[in-house]
Amino acid sequence: MLAYVIRRVVVGIVMLLAMSLVTFVLFFASPADPAQYACGKNCSPVQREQARKALGYDKPTLEQWTSFMKGLAVGRQFPADEELRKAAPDNVVDCDAPCFGYSTYSIKTVNEMVSEALPVTFSIALAAVILWIFFGVLIGVLAAITKGSFLDRGIVGTSLFLYAFPSFFIGTFLLTYISIKWDVYPLPVYTSIADGGIGAWASNLLLPAVTLAMLYMAGYVRMTRAFVLESQAEDYVRTAKAKGLATRKVLVKHALRAALTPLVTMAGLDFASVLGGAIITESIFNFNGLGKLAVSASTNYDLPVLIGIVLIAGAFVITANIIVDILYAFIDPRVRVG
Amino acid sequence: MSNAPTSEAYLSVQDLKVHFPTSDGIVKATDGLSFDLERGKTLGIVGESGSGKSVSSSTILGLHRGSSAKVSGHILLDGVDLLELSNEDMRKMRGRDVSMIFQDPLSAMHPYYTVGNQLIEAYRVHHKVSKKVAKARAIEMLDRVGIPNPDKRIGDFPHQFSGGMRQRAMIAMGLINDPGLLIADEPTTALDVTVQAQILDLLQDLQREFNSAVIIITHDLGVVAEMADDVLVMYAGRAVEYGPCKEILTHPEMPYTWGLLSSVPDVSGDTDARLVPIPGNPPSLLNPPTGCAFHPRCLHRDKVPGDLCSTELPPLVPGVRGGFHTKRCHLADPDRIYETEVLPEIAPDLVDEIIADSADNAEGAR
Repeated sequence: MLAYVIRRVVVGIVMLLAMSLVTFVLFFASPADPAQYACGKNCSPVQREQARKALGYDKPTLEQWTSFMKGLAVGRQFPADEELRKAAPDNVVDCDAPCFGYSTYSIKTVNEMVSEALPVTFSIALAAVILWIFFGVLIGVLAAITKGSFLDRGIVGTSLFLYAFPSFFIGTFLLTYISIKWDVYPLPVYTSIADGGIGAWASNLLLPAVTLAMLYMAGYVRMTRAFVLESQAEDYVRTAKAKGLATRKVLVKHALRAALTPLVTMAGLDFASVLGGAIITESIFNFNGLGKLAVSASTNYDLPVLIGIVLIAGAFVITANIIVDILYAFIDPRVRVG
Repeated sequence: MSNAPTSEAYLSVQDLKVHFPTSDGIVKATDGLSFDLERGKTLGIVGESGSGKSVSSSTILGLHRGSSAKVSGHILLDGVDLLELSNEDMRKMRGRDVSMIFQDPLSAMHPYYTVGNQLIEAYRVHHKVSKKVAKARAIEMLDRVGIPNPDKRIGDFPHQFSGGMRQRAMIAMGLINDPGLLIADEPTTALDVTVQAQILDLLQDLQREFNSAVIIITHDLGVVAEMADDVLVMYAGRAVEYGPCKEILTHPEMPYTWGLLSSVPDVSGDTDARLVPIPGNPPSLLNPPTGCAFHPRCLHRDKVPGDLCSTELPPLVPGVRGGFHTKRCHLADPDRIYETEVLPEIAPDLVDEIIADSADNAEGAR
């Protein structure tokens, strides 16, 4: 088991290395010139090359990538160019390992920017995942055990209806009507637990979390229903009934237990992908999370920030994959080795 | 027949009908089945897939409840009509008075729980005892069904058992509450031949020990010959022949039973013998053939005058040999046809023996 985990972690790290390299190559392969963009409209070629040097984009792509890797491992100093550092020692920024880079656009290290944005995204994602798993699984099970009834049809129909709605619609609706026009619920403004306590943190998260959760919830309702119906038709559920177990015990101990495995897999991966940034939800409610940061970084050609977010989002997905695989061994004894 | 059915037999199934309404019409999975079974005796129910044998037995267990099945008739177990019981009372009988062993033990056991967990669960549903007591009982049962090191193997998961051991564990689970009636639904179909024989031996031993009534559902006449006291042959949801095992196997009176016998290979038999399949397919239970449901596949229907076979369902009546041996067929003299036409083809070496035997019983063919 331990050897398996170590192998998975090593493979994950190699994948992250490849991802960062691909991001670098793609960035410089794009026809747009980041130096031109940073320099502005009325920019002479000389000024443009100075800007390129200041940004550190004048070096070959591979060299930039290796110094990025070195920064991750041991830390580095900005500006990247040594002459520029000597010329203006006051402007030198120290970036300790693991250094994800420095954004000249925001005049901050990427580490700082990400550590500001990550709690916001993490909060939304956590609140959303709790909502969608709790209600999605609950309603899905309800639909499965009342299969064919009016309730079941209503649930299936409604979830399809909600599934078809994009989150920008639900988010805009909640913001415009619930918060602004009807004034039912106060306008959400992100408040960290340190600033406002758990109550303020949670109540401000409600609307964004509902927006994000709605889409996933609709999918989870339908999948839970399908998984439970499938496991209810299994031979071992019939055996459980034949033993004389009460209906509830047959459902919970035998049918739901088996339906849990695929749900855990999906929930793990979906949570990881939401951690990479809920771009639309964050933009609608103006929560400064990773998603919003990624959008602004890509409109501003801010390579260091982009790389940082790509790597962090990738690391989440890879980690979630490993965790789900390890969880599998706990859930399903057939997977356990040795 | 009076309204309150009574029976002296331990299990008495009377005119059982299990119908499933579907959008295409009513599927008559079981259509008027009756049989009696004493404790300590074994009934073999034989038939092709879709003949209604599994549906009938899961109805005895009450597993149809909560589905769309429409059930009528009577199932008397020790004088109590199981079809009249409330769901809760039926649940309490399941596993305690009636239990079932299923075909494929790998899929019939929950893959996520240990064998011990599943046995203990089966015992504690019906016995208010501590886990420790239930565990001791589970180990005792595993030991009884011949699982080595039961105190260690009890912690194994089903996938860590071999096929034969899994079926042994299923049998242990079925018998853990000492039920009066055990239904074994194709208990050896998923096993290889040597293991089959061991499992059948085990079932017979345990039946003697627990003195339970056993219904063994199978399409394998070899299993029936080995295990059963009585045999009930089912076709399209109805009994077509019913009687003592030896009677049915030596003097079958229904062409479908002949067909089943003809399609059993006999390795030690005459090399001139032929293996004759039954032509055609089992009928649709949605639109079963008119008259005798077997008539489209029957090779002997031209021996019945007129179109009786395709217009009138023959009643289940005692055959020419009399006694407790009933058949559902219009043929006037099935014994003679079997001995002169069927037997010479499938087992030429048996013909003389049988004829000599029947000469002692009834008027001779010679």
